[in-house]
Amino acid sequence: MAEKVLMKGNEAIAEAAIEAGCRHYFGYPITPQTEVAAYMSKRMPKIGGTFLQAESEIAAINMVYGVASTGKRVMTSSSSPGISLKAEGLSYLAGADLPALVVNVQRGGPGLGGIQPSQSDYFQATKGGGHGDYRMIVLAPASVQEMADLTMKGFDLADKYRMTAMILADGTMGQMMEPVEIKKPENQDFDKSWAVTGTKGQRAHNIVNSLFLSPEVLEKTNFERYERYAMIEENEAMAERYMMDDAEICVVAFGIAARVAKNAIVEARKSGIKVGLIRPITLWPFPKKELARAAESCHSFLSVELSMGQMIEDIRLAIDCKRPVALCNRAGGIIPSPEEVYAKIAELAKNGGCDK
Amino acid sequence: MIVFEKPKALTDVPLHYCPGCTHGIVHRLVAEVIDELGIEGKTIGVAPVGCSVMAYDYFACDMVEAAHGRAPAVATGIKRADPENHIVFTYQGDGDLASIGTAETVHAAARNENITIIFINNAIYGMTGGQMAPTSLPGQVTQTSPYGRDVKACGFPIRVCEMLATLDGPEYLERVAVNNVKNVKAAKKAIRKAFQNQVEGKGFSLVEVISSCPTNWGMTPQKALEWIDEKMIPHYPLGVYKDRSAAKED
Repeated sequence: MAEKVLMKGNEAIAEAAIEAGCRHYFGYPITPQTEVAAYMSKRMPKIGGTFLQAESEIAAINMVYGVASTGKRVMTSSSSPGISLKAEGLSYLAGADLPALVVNVQRGGPGLGGIQPSQSDYFQATKGGGHGDYRMIVLAPASVQEMADLTMKGFDLADKYRMTAMILADGTMGQMMEPVEIKKPENQDFDKSWAVTGTKGQRAHNIVNSLFLSPEVLEKTNFERYERYAMIEENEAMAERYMMDDAEICVVAFGIAARVAKNAIVEARKSGIKVGLIRPITLWPFPKKELARAAESCHSFLSVELSMGQMIEDIRLAIDCKRPVALCNRAGGIIPSPEEVYAKIAELAKNGGCDK
Repeated sequence: MIVFEKPKALTDVPLHYCPGCTHGIVHRLVAEVIDELGIEGKTIGVAPVGCSVMAYDYFACDMVEAAHGRAPAVATGIKRADPENHIVFTYQGDGDLASIGTAETVHAAARNENITIIFINNAIYGMTGGQMAPTSLPGQVTQTSPYGRDVKACGFPIRVCEMLATLDGPEYLERVAVNNVKNVKAAKKAIRKAFQNQVEGKGFSLVEVISSCPTNWGMTPQKALEWIDEKMIPHYPLGVYKDRSAAKED
């Protein structure tokens, strides 16, 4: 087992990416993710890799598109307003079926918003952001260890399914320090026969492209892509269950919100309230089955979010609105306190599932 | 004896360009240079958004289709993925390169990115049906400047070679035209140099090709070629705007 070292979340992402074989990083400074770029700028030249500070987030994501076209592992990172600028590229990466890793260390929005932690890019990450029918695999770390592990996993999933994997973290995850072990990547072979590496006179030319002027052909590419998405929904959903075995109330939270929720749940259990947590680790695919199962035994759900309530819509969909779903949220860069979450849990316990 | 044949670096696909359009000539020149330098097997081309969007079907080398204006950034990624083994060129029009992609163009030049850019300047947006371009001439009538380009309201056309020549970055900048045999020959020479520079690792090389768009200019192909001499070249003088290696040798 490798040694544990104390690292910032943002640095753990960068080191894990390098360990996963990523040798190309393109970025643009924006708080609170700039440590990723700073770390890469130090490490990449020493290992024969490329660090390039692009002229904009738009240029950075298109440089990513260029490297991804050649079949090599590549990443960029940014924070909310920067991800909006990258949205064009995310759509093109999807349309051209290119694998890439994109990190969003979220801050409050909309607009320039603020620089404090937020989860208000949930919709942007899981429902689109760019134009057209497409999905990204969205991974939500809740510790510095997961910042590293999910970065590695993200590269593998991106290669396996030829699509973008996004690490959806928040300012807290990016900035906080915890002991972390950078694990060795699994050796996996991925088919890259589609990549542009020069024909070397050995094969017909490869074309990386998202333009299909024939409606029939374009429809076919979309249907095929969604068959792949269906496979991902079937096989790749991940969630952590915490004190769920006898739970009557199911808290749903990801990232930093899940850590706060756990504290509240421990306190609530001391008061005899049967409450547990489902922490989605993949936000897309959303762990629907896990939630549907919880809806059979829990009388109510509570979504804890650092937003005005975005994931709550997916919870309702996952449980077919069979149970009431309440919201405990703070926005603008404020993290709900364990006491606030506890109060909401206690209210739900008192009312037996009725929010009011 | 074969005296004339299709360059090997072009596929056997019929081009979709309008009659009299000079894209075909420039495609051929690029392909001839790729053949002559023997680099087809390591060349990766980047197609733009605009009339030449489907250039990916016409060049026989590996091809990538970029988002509008982003070709220099995409080319940067492809080049940096394997600088020793990738020869990378972009083929872009004026809207793509000098309007929506200005930042990508300027910064690739400033970095002296070791890529080759073929820049088609025909002073109009062809693909979308003839709107004003960043290079449309003052007074030029287009679909979106129906009373002629009014510089008070829409500003002045951008001279890309002159603008980029103010930067320390780029290796080579030349403006050529393809409206007569003499100019086509000079254009070929410039395009060859722009690829040769990359092979030798010299850096950012851009050839601006003054081209015609008879369809959207509303002219016969012959008249369009004359218009290049009468209107375009006086505003966009042909010549070498930067040649760093040659300057060093002097």
